[in-house]
Amino acid sequence: METLPIQVTVNGRTYTAEVEPRLLLVHFLRDVLNLTGTHIGCDTTSCGACTVLWNGRPVKSCTVFAVQVDGGEILTVEGLERDGQLHPVQEGFWEEHGLQCGFCTPGMMMTAVALLNENPDPTEEEIRKAISGNLCRCTGYVNIVKAIQYAARKMREGATVHVGGA
Amino acid sequence: MIPGPFRYRRVRSVDEAVALLSQLGTDAKILSGGQSLIPMMKFRLAEPTYLLDINAIPGLDFIEERDGMLHLGALVRESTLERSSLVRQRYPILHDTAEVIADPLVRNLATVGGNLAHGDPANDHPATMLALRAQVVARGPNGERIIPIDDFFVDTFVTALQPDELLTEIRIPAPPPRSGGAYLKFERKVGDYAIAAAAVFLALDEAGRITQAGIGLTNLAYKPLRALDAERALLGQQPSEELFRHAAELAAQATDPVSDLRGPADYKRAVARTMTLRALRRALERAQANA
Repeated sequence: METLPIQVTVNGRTYTAEVEPRLLLVHFLRDVLNLTGTHIGCDTTSCGACTVLWNGRPVKSCTVFAVQVDGGEILTVEGLERDGQLHPVQEGFWEEHGLQCGFCTPGMMMTAVALLNENPDPTEEEIRKAISGNLCRCTGYVNIVKAIQYAARKMREGATVHVGGA
Repeated sequence: MIPGPFRYRRVRSVDEAVALLSQLGTDAKILSGGQSLIPMMKFRLAEPTYLLDINAIPGLDFIEERDGMLHLGALVRESTLERSSLVRQRYPILHDTAEVIADPLVRNLATVGGNLAHGDPANDHPATMLALRAQVVARGPNGERIIPIDDFFVDTFVTALQPDELLTEIRIPAPPPRSGGAYLKFERKVGDYAIAAAAVFLALDEAGRITQAGIGLTNLAYKPLRALDAERALLGQQPSEELFRHAAELAAQATDPVSDLRGPADYKRAVARTMTLRALRRALERAQANA
């Protein structure tokens, strides 16, 4: 069985591993790196529970091979918190109760982070479109949208303070 | 689900890909966005011995208009196409198409080249490319060849690409004055394949008569379909609601859908008629705005 060496930066830390080409990125994250925050939902490219950022773009990690991300950067839900401080998106989901069972939440948050990095002030329609590849079967999405709006406000305020204080 | 074992090669140039394809033949599959291929491998519907990953080939992701054509590199991502201002302004039918393919996460990886090379009649770009009279550029051991889109789709999951050829580019004629196109898709939910979808491209002369008509249909036959009778009925005519209803009816008659979870065949044919009618109206609006 062929194995290939890969080097991947995950949440700012660089890992090297020997992997079978057929190892999916989501299994590499969960089973090799023990980063189980990324969930496996449908396993068929439908639900978005396994969403991670690959070089900044949200992708379904059940539909990418680990060998493909060799040399790349991955951000998972474990990489959102900084120095004990929740990411504004995490805080938004907490404050607005953007979840019920929580299974879709890590993927939903990664998509939200990518959206807000690209578009700091999205309309409700833009938020709903951005998360249309992430399925939630509990909430009806209302509080998820509110959570992302909360995060957008918080991040814009943060940016203003930063610019003003510089 | 775990795909079957395979060997993986990251190729760095079109020449390297073609050389490996020539050597490996049908044992090899090209990995582009992977958003159709990887699910098929997980279901073991595809079990290639070799995957040739073309994503690291530089310069295959161009979107540029020159010499009267739009040139799309095979590795243009659907999300890039969706965000392109050139595409939005000059080729709104392509923008319409890109933004209804799968979902935003899939579109971050899925490529235009892959959407065509997969040969799936349920994919969305084939209908649009048929309506636009696109050309597919393929590179093989004997150099480049240009395949008219009408010759490209051979059967379900079968295209005119040979086992030793790589799809490198798609070319689309630049829109003439007074022309416009639209793609309309009816789907159960975001991310699903179309129940029915229609791509329409129209060009008008100075008197407002239709001089060019292209109609492509998605997921309504064993391969992507061009509604030739409907196109012929439109040519030389002044656009009218009555004419459009007649053309939409001819387009629906050209379909041969199968009954499945997305609905019975009669229903799909009715949706095809409605999608074609609405796409005709929107294409006309755009053509008239483009005078």
